[in-house]
Amino acid sequence: MIKTTALHSVHRRMGAKMVDFGGWDMPLQYSGILEEHRAVRASVGVFDVSHMGEIEIHGRDAGALTDYITTNALAKLQPGQAQYAGLLYEHGGFVDDILVHKIAGDNYFLCVNASNQEKDYQHIAAANRFQATVDFASDRYTQLAIQGPRALETLQKLTSADLAAIGYYHFVDSEIAGTRALIARTGYTGEDGFEIYFAPEQSERVWNRILDAGQEFGIKPCGLGARNTLRLEAGMALYGHEIHAAITPLEAGLAWIVKLDKGEFIGRAALARQKAQGVTRKLIGFEMTGRGIGRDDYEVFLHGSPAGWVSSGGPSPTLNKNIGMCYLPAEHSKPGERIQIAIRNQLVDAVTTAAPFYKRIK
Amino acid sequence: MYPADLHYTKQHEWVRLSDGAGVVGITDYAQKELGDIVYVDLPRVGAALQQGKVMGSVESVKAVSDIYAPVSGEVVEINDALSTAPEKLNESPHGDGWLVKIRLSAPDEISTLLSAEAYQKYVAEEETGH
Repeated sequence: MIKTTALHSVHRRMGAKMVDFGGWDMPLQYSGILEEHRAVRASVGVFDVSHMGEIEIHGRDAGALTDYITTNALAKLQPGQAQYAGLLYEHGGFVDDILVHKIAGDNYFLCVNASNQEKDYQHIAAANRFQATVDFASDRYTQLAIQGPRALETLQKLTSADLAAIGYYHFVDSEIAGTRALIARTGYTGEDGFEIYFAPEQSERVWNRILDAGQEFGIKPCGLGARNTLRLEAGMALYGHEIHAAITPLEAGLAWIVKLDKGEFIGRAALARQKAQGVTRKLIGFEMTGRGIGRDDYEVFLHGSPAGWVSSGGPSPTLNKNIGMCYLPAEHSKPGERIQIAIRNQLVDAVTTAAPFYKRIK
Repeated sequence: MYPADLHYTKQHEWVRLSDGAGVVGITDYAQKELGDIVYVDLPRVGAALQQGKVMGSVESVKAVSDIYAPVSGEVVEINDALSTAPEKLNESPHGDGWLVKIRLSAPDEISTLLSAEAYQKYVAEEETGH
């Protein structure tokens, strides 16, 4: 059964080209991936990302459970602050990558990947030997992402919350167009922006109000196509590509979300072992120097021998280059390595480079 | 919508005949389905194409699609402008966005292709089938 968001009929009516994304019928694009991508870099775009899942953890030991299932330093998180973290198996591979929002000491709000949400819930519930309840809350939220340099001005017209006062990776419990909403200064595009969570019944009204508010800035409704090119330029991981069950955070260049000294958590022992022994393969960015586009799952060659694979690759609309990320043996996973990518039986030259490819000027 | 002087394939390529040569491209339907085209891989001048066989590829932001030779023949010219301006395929699929010019080796093959009217009907069925 194909799943849909509360805005499904709106996307259809607006003429979006739809795509099956992990069992969800989602907009791939409205006006075109390049145009939407550029709107977000230059001004503002709005994405329906309600396929993403939400899991709530409540109770006296909500913090202890959340800390035990995640890799990052939860103790440092203040109420109203969000954190990127890994949800790992004992062997150190990813169950998922998630955003943890601390609402209060006994109340955590997790944003998880669409196609992982049931698996994540089962994983967390199975680890729950604490005084905490784990609540599968996806049906209670619509999630919209408003992203780009004009995102703040757009959204500010619709809320009494002082958006400029919300720091990066912070959030407030407030309202948008009179509807209660969690407003977080987070995103998956490499731009300033917000992700908002609210009751699905209000989806169409809020969506339309945002489009109206952004009209003077040329706001574009955006699909998953632009979401992917934007996050790729920003060097952000996508589950199923840079990270999955057979990849650890240390391999994925995400050591910064692993706090081995924070106390026990699922996957800690495996990561400590891997850290002591050293990783054998690692993620690195690349850009094509020859003609062609190195795409997801293409093989990567070093001195004529197979050495790794492309986790994500494609055109960069902002840089006008063909870019990507790939896994290579750790000793070669540094910028400036000459590699080749097998593009339809032909080896095409590329060079490794440090991600992110794009950084906004703050 | 679909020019009457072109001959079409069900894989969404077209051929226009002029002076014994055939100009080949992809259709408006194809460019719309692909979305923003960012890269075009064409055969070399002199390459021998065989009807129905892969002759190159077009890449959109999202995906790679093969282009099949609508008729057999030798490539006599390629549209060099596409290497720096692949967006011409989106802007003018039946005109400036042409791909290659070929000398037909089996002109009779043209009779196996669809007329504009037949292609239009075929595409309409594809769209409602979605």
